[in-house]
Amino acid sequence: MAAAVIALPLAGAAFLLFFGKRMSKASAYIASGAIALSFLSGLILFFRMLGEPGEERSFVMKVYDWVNVGGIHGNGELLLDPLSIVMVLVVTGVGTLIHVYSIGYMEGDPRYSRFFAYLNLFCAAMLILVLADNLLLLFVGWEGVGLCSYLLIGFWFEREVAAGAAKKAFIVNRIGDFSFLLGIFLIADEIGSLSVTEINAGAATMGTTLATVGALLLFGGATGKSAQIPLYVWLPDAMEGPTPVSALIHAATMVTAGVYVVVRFSPLFVAGGTTALTVVAWIGALTALWAALMAAFEYDIKRVLAYSTISQLGYMFIASGVAGYSIGIFHLVTHAFFKALLFLGAGAVMHALAGETDMRKMGGLRRAMPVVGLTFAAGWLAISGIFPFAGFWSKDAILAVAWEQGEYALWALGLLTAALTAFYMSRMYFRVFEGDLEVPEGIHVHDAPRTMAVALVSLGALSVVGGFFNLPGVLTLEHFLAPVLGEPEVPHGVIAWALAGAALVVAFAGIFVARALYLQPEGDARRERLEKTAPWFVGAARSKFYVDEFYGRAIVAPGKAFAGFCADIFDKRVLDGLVNGVAWVVNGVSSKGRHVQTGYVRNYAVIFLLGVVVIASFMFLRVGV
Amino acid sequence: MTEVSPGYFLALAGLLFTIGVVGVLVRRNAIVIFMFIELMLNAVNLFFVTFARMQGNLQGQVLVFFVLVVAAAEVVVGLALILLIARRRASLDVDKVRLLKW
Amino acid sequence: MGLNTPEIELLGIAPEIALVVGALFILIVDAIIGEGGNKWHLWILSTIALGVSIFLAVQAWGSNELQMGDMIAVDGFAAFVKITLAVFALLTVWLSRSYLHRDGIEESEFYGLLLFAVAGMMLMASAADLIMVFLALETFSLALYVLVGFRRTSLTGQESAMKYFLLGAFSSTFLLLGIAFVYGAIGSTQMYGSSAAGAGAQGIATALVSLPAGEFTLLVIATGLLVVGLGFKVAAVPFHMWTPDAYQGAPSPVTGFMAAATKLAGFAALIRLLDAILFPLRGDWRPLVIGIAVLTMVVGSVLAVVQEDLKRLLAYSSIAHAGFVFTGIIASNDRGVSGSLFYLATYGITVLGAFAVIAVLGGRDERRTTVDDFRGLFYESPLLAGALTLFLLSLAGVPATVGFVGKLVVFGAAVEAGYSWLVVVGVLASAVAAFFYLKVLVVMYMQERQEGAEPATSGYGGLATGVIGLAALATVALGLYWSPLIDFAERATFFFSAGG
Repeated sequence: MAAAVIALPLAGAAFLLFFGKRMSKASAYIASGAIALSFLSGLILFFRMLGEPGEERSFVMKVYDWVNVGGIHGNGELLLDPLSIVMVLVVTGVGTLIHVYSIGYMEGDPRYSRFFAYLNLFCAAMLILVLADNLLLLFVGWEGVGLCSYLLIGFWFEREVAAGAAKKAFIVNRIGDFSFLLGIFLIADEIGSLSVTEINAGAATMGTTLATVGALLLFGGATGKSAQIPLYVWLPDAMEGPTPVSALIHAATMVTAGVYVVVRFSPLFVAGGTTALTVVAWIGALTALWAALMAAFEYDIKRVLAYSTISQLGYMFIASGVAGYSIGIFHLVTHAFFKALLFLGAGAVMHALAGETDMRKMGGLRRAMPVVGLTFAAGWLAISGIFPFAGFWSKDAILAVAWEQGEYALWALGLLTAALTAFYMSRMYFRVFEGDLEVPEGIHVHDAPRTMAVALVSLGALSVVGGFFNLPGVLTLEHFLAPVLGEPEVPHGVIAWALAGAALVVAFAGIFVARALYLQPEGDARRERLEKTAPWFVGAARSKFYVDEFYGRAIVAPGKAFAGFCADIFDKRVLDGLVNGVAWVVNGVSSKGRHVQTGYVRNYAVIFLLGVVVIASFMFLRVGV
Repeated sequence: MTEVSPGYFLALAGLLFTIGVVGVLVRRNAIVIFMFIELMLNAVNLFFVTFARMQGNLQGQVLVFFVLVVAAAEVVVGLALILLIARRRASLDVDKVRLLKW
Repeated sequence: MGLNTPEIELLGIAPEIALVVGALFILIVDAIIGEGGNKWHLWILSTIALGVSIFLAVQAWGSNELQMGDMIAVDGFAAFVKITLAVFALLTVWLSRSYLHRDGIEESEFYGLLLFAVAGMMLMASAADLIMVFLALETFSLALYVLVGFRRTSLTGQESAMKYFLLGAFSSTFLLLGIAFVYGAIGSTQMYGSSAAGAGAQGIATALVSLPAGEFTLLVIATGLLVVGLGFKVAAVPFHMWTPDAYQGAPSPVTGFMAAATKLAGFAALIRLLDAILFPLRGDWRPLVIGIAVLTMVVGSVLAVVQEDLKRLLAYSSIAHAGFVFTGIIASNDRGVSGSLFYLATYGITVLGAFAVIAVLGGRDERRTTVDDFRGLFYESPLLAGALTLFLLSLAGVPATVGFVGKLVVFGAAVEAGYSWLVVVGVLASAVAAFFYLKVLVVMYMQERQEGAEPATSGYGGLATGVIGLAALATVALGLYWSPLIDFAERATFFFSAGG
């Protein structure tokens, strides 16, 4: 059954790759059917698991003998436990909805069936990743999702930016993968096994230093895949792909693979003492804040969401870093709901506005497209952390567990990020959906088509109620995950209430500031009118202007300058430069070095002879003649 | 008859080999380059014979025959290849043969 | 005092004999049949000869002895290499049939020379005497010189043959010099030395045991020269300079054959020499080979990045792969030796497949071999593009392909032997290498076909398709289920490892 979960989308992908050309519409239904069936299999497995007592819910299924080389043995084994089944349900569930959405969204694309083949292939690889009990198999999935992500970012390769973004994603991820692979080698060498279960069982026997190094190498891979500092630069660019791809791969599933790996190997991270976990938590917290800052100054609707994804992934790493693994997974689940929703909503807006992504050219769309507007509002409130939407519960839980661990600095950073999150999401919502109707010329705005609406409404509903999976006191999800991940320590009583209250207050503060700043155009217009008709009002308007000016100078301008610095100098020059620099150096060395190959056969002989001379002298020195 | 020290033979062989190497590197005519390679092979033959005398067995002298046969076969193939190029380009200059580079 | 005739045992070289007989038979039959006709008998006869050769090589599996006056080693290692070589040759023959037939240059000499070359390479694998190594090396080299220049009228073909020939002849003098030094050091050119006591029964292995440590001077220097001569054949830096030029100018099936089989033959001799015979001297040759390995991996990977011609690109990639094989040799433990064999066998299949795709797509006279010529290939012939993708991914070492397994095994062996830093260099080099494989993939999938370009494929036989299919199948199947081949390689080297 577990194998079927993977095999279904894999078969769908293979079928469509080979025969998809001859069918257009049908391919979408085949792909969606395959992933939906996979979701059903996942559900069956889930309910079957619920029938077992807690300790017996983990089992390893051997699919086939894979490798037996010298000391290393690894089999094609799948690990089915509460953690992996939760991931399976998220991947296939959200995956199904996004497949359905794509039926409408991708309509008319010349490579329609190829798109669905890639989507199915991606799901299969992602499922391999989360179900693998073998590091090699896990790595196959890890590389597989990377490959699909790369193919899908560059899906519209006719556009140069898309091809460039795909290349960037690939290269940045190679750096992470390199670290990941080294980690695998190190761990396999030390433990003598590639099995996830055996590694976790034997992690305690590894030396502290080795465990730390191994854990950090794995985390290095995670920073690539999950777009954390310093390897996050590829994700905003990845938005060049079709929007359903951004929703599925770059919001809900693939980018969470890093979080999954950290959580999956939590015993290894713990075995290394506090160092590895501290690094994870701090990288997460800094990334969360940093990306939120970037999001607040971005005008491209998809790039705001990309930065927001990076920021939310940071939260998940905070949770993992303070040993709140199941809370990290909880946030992963709710985030999958509301971020997929936000992306699909943004996609619907772009769909209606002929591909426009600049928020400054939008406004008042709520009335023109009520379904999108309403569901987007649900996503907005969820990510902002407003009670009782999904994001409130999970984000509050992360902040609470950080507080309980005594990591007050992390908690403060998280709280600050929460305020910023509420601010930039509200800014986006107000600009796009509130105010006067404002669309580029010559466009007739239409609401989302039926297939797209189905996905939006389902995800909208999940964004509203997703938090109830893990209500404080009931803790369904945490108890379910406890046999694998243990129970996190959370505060109780007054402190818990106070922390939740604080989170809520900053969220509302963020929304309020955004409202004051971005429903402003109406104010501007009114002021102009008053200036003409009633000069006595000008003084007051002027003073308001001065306030604005002061506000602008004191807060916005430095903030803007700082964000500008971050975006231009640090982001583009330093981090981008680092990545591009390596490529540039290799390219340069290569184009210079090729000229050694002059084409003159006698030059070849000279180089040959040089080699002989060096070797002969070396050997002479060696024997001491 | 005085015994000549094998050291002289070795030195001569080494010298011949070096001349061969230098010749390969400095000459531009494909045939001449090839002749220098033959010189190198014969220098090695001299090594074999000298070592055979030092070691006091005949194996080294037998090996020389193998080398001679191989060298002859090499000449057959090599000259054919060089002629093919010479016929097409009307030149034996190896430095003019560089379509393939970089 | 009777004449002491050596006992004649032919089992050890029976596969070679079959090939030589087969080659001569092909030449004679073709002379009798004469011009005209479809010439199908050429590839059929070659296939039969290779089949017989495989059958005979399998017979030697399991024995472990020296034959023909201790000149020939009959062991699992030799059998493994011979069988693999014959498989490479089979694929090459089938591919060549399509290729030569299309280009109208199908001649019996091609098949004859190919079989001679394979015979020489096989001899290389079981050579237990250095002079045998030299003879085997010359046998296959002379055949290859002609095969490389087989497109007689092509300027690049001529050029590559000449360069390969001059440098090849140059390098074999150094090998021969090394052999002379070995003879000077121990009075014999045998590797193992006879078990039967007596004068002249000395071999390198026995000498290393019996001679006092101070007398190895000449042997150590000779080792360096042997590494040079064999390093040339496997395209190790800095003896690699011929590789890009020869690979680019040679007919694609020959290039694939060279990348697969020459490398295997050269490494077979190197492995036997370094990891078995000269194992006690590893302290001396290891630093040398490590230097070569690092240079080879780095130079091959880096210089490939800017290549525009796909054949040339794969030539540089083949240089880098030689470096990866060296890591297994340096480890010189059981896993290293069997891992190197596994790597060579699987790399050969993959690279043959890649060159088969190029041979098919290059069109008549190989007019289209630049990376740009492969633009948008996927939308024109998805299956060929898919196969090439598979081969390139395998060369890049992506999981679920056999290339990944190969790297895993040799790198694992190097880590086991305590050369983790070498593995780091290797992984870095393969990360760089991923760049240029990616470049080709990008072109195939993400660029539009040029306006007015010729159709990608024109007139290639079912045989070539079969070769590509087989290679692709092997690349995936062995990538997912590699244990049998690894087992085979391990048992092939079971009696072999001297000290490992």
